[in-house]
Amino acid sequence: MTEILILGEQANGDLNSLSKELLAAADSISDNISIAFLGNDNRSVAEDAIRYGASKVYLLQSKLLNDWSVDTRVAAYEHLLGKISPSVILLGKTQIGQDIGPRLACRLGVGLSQDSISIALDPKTMRPVATRPVLGGRMIAKVSFAEDGPNIIVIRKGSYDINKPNDNNEGDIQEITFHVEQSDKNIHHIQTILSDPGGVKLENAPVIVAGGRGLGGPEPFEMLSDLAKLLGGSVGASRAACDAGWIDHNYQIGLTGKNVSPALYITVGISGASQHMAGCSGAKFIVAINKDPDANIFKEASLGAVGDWEKILPSFISTVKDLLET
Amino acid sequence: MKIDITVFVKQVVDPDAPISSFHIDPTSKQLSIKPDTPFIINGFDETAVEAALRLKDSVGANITVVSLGYNFVMDVIKKPLSMGADNLILLQDAAFQNLDSFTTAKILSKAVSTIGNTDLFICGRQASDWDNAQVPLVLSELLGLPCLTIAKNIRIDNNTVEIEKVLPEGHEVIQAKLPAIVTVSNELGEPRYATLRGIMSAGRKTPSIYTAKDLNIDTADLSPKLIIEEISVPNSDKKCEMLSGDNSIEIGRKLALKLRESRIF
Repeated sequence: MTEILILGEQANGDLNSLSKELLAAADSISDNISIAFLGNDNRSVAEDAIRYGASKVYLLQSKLLNDWSVDTRVAAYEHLLGKISPSVILLGKTQIGQDIGPRLACRLGVGLSQDSISIALDPKTMRPVATRPVLGGRMIAKVSFAEDGPNIIVIRKGSYDINKPNDNNEGDIQEITFHVEQSDKNIHHIQTILSDPGGVKLENAPVIVAGGRGLGGPEPFEMLSDLAKLLGGSVGASRAACDAGWIDHNYQIGLTGKNVSPALYITVGISGASQHMAGCSGAKFIVAINKDPDANIFKEASLGAVGDWEKILPSFISTVKDLLET
Repeated sequence: MKIDITVFVKQVVDPDAPISSFHIDPTSKQLSIKPDTPFIINGFDETAVEAALRLKDSVGANITVVSLGYNFVMDVIKKPLSMGADNLILLQDAAFQNLDSFTTAKILSKAVSTIGNTDLFICGRQASDWDNAQVPLVLSELLGLPCLTIAKNIRIDNNTVEIEKVLPEGHEVIQAKLPAIVTVSNELGEPRYATLRGIMSAGRKTPSIYTAKDLNIDTADLSPKLIIEEISVPNSDKKCEMLSGDNSIEIGRKLALKLRESRIF
């Protein structure tokens, strides 16, 4: 049976949802699933991973360091892969995952498929085949690997439905200690500056009202923000609106911005280029307001309104208010 | 102190080119691009040129732009020169087409000695054709250099590079000793326009061209690790219900009623 290793991530001591997706992705092609975490103080995360389908958990710990920079992580995974030889390695498309994947692939001399949305096994070679959007999402490519693994596949968030946890699952938890020196690190962290999101976090927002180039300036985002608050959501933006300086880049949704999956995604003055849609493909219901009836957004939306947002939005907002009060 | 900066740029098909520019062969399922399709410098790579020019303005720099490929469009690939870069090197060979990221990084690593002294390599965070975001990281492994990714600001001080790295909720400040590789993102700001003088001066400059043979690269070694099995157009089965009304005010009202009716809010 094809052995799959997942490079797991945790968020505040919990197995994060992307790791649960990776477990579901692995489960779709194999029963032999192991997952690695950094640090050995996370038994509950390990047990959680077993409930979600892992049969083996590796907890990687170094004697010297307890900081998990990309340098240290790559060293930790390289150490683990000196001991085990899975045929497939899965990791999530997070900022850190995207940095780790290519470096690890280079060290192992193996192939890597970035930003993949599904995986399968080639029944002849038993090597993985990955599906991934290319040309900003305008095309879909199916890629295979020229050599045996461990081939690496980076999975985009929102690609797999999470499996139901099973308390009866059993699995091994193994601690592995590896060695890194301070001198192995060549990038030094000085400080982290977090901006105040002020309201609902974009990734968790059930409703997002996003504005684009068609808004023509920064002021309209206030109206979008009013609507978002009314619906218990957050405001978002296309890259064009962020690059124009109308709103902070932290609100950018798209291929290189945030990947969101709200129940309701309302776009105002967004043309719907594939690079933007790549960031909201998980949205359940898309509403588009745009003055161009030929805009691509109407190919992606469920409900569309052609016209001037300056007139549509105020009557939309006041009707929403009335409906919420009744 | 004047530093030597190398910027890697890629010539890509214009991401806004109409879908009719692309052809998928029904038998081989491979993608080809029709003649006359516009090419541009990858957007993030233009940002990389901008980042280099800002350092040239602040601390002084000699900027060499390097591109790997074949069938370069001279007006396109010379754009960094017209923006203010000093030199252009083309690594040009028929074997340098349809390469995967690993092979591309391998060739670049072998070209580094030909390029000459470099204190800082700057690259775009990813290319708009395959969005792989891999070459700078693989190159950093092959050259044994630190790679600082997704910068929105770069500072050089006393043989150290410091960047502001974009995070989902803010940024972090990280440092490394030179030589190093930095990748930049659109948060850095819009690339400057070419000036008329820049365009005139770029016209007079001739790029240095190196082939695989010049770089001592055996093209038999360029076998990819990834194989493109097929390319297809995503099928959208979505059907958009378009609201109509006598005027925009009515459309706005209908929109709210419709969403309420469908229990969307």
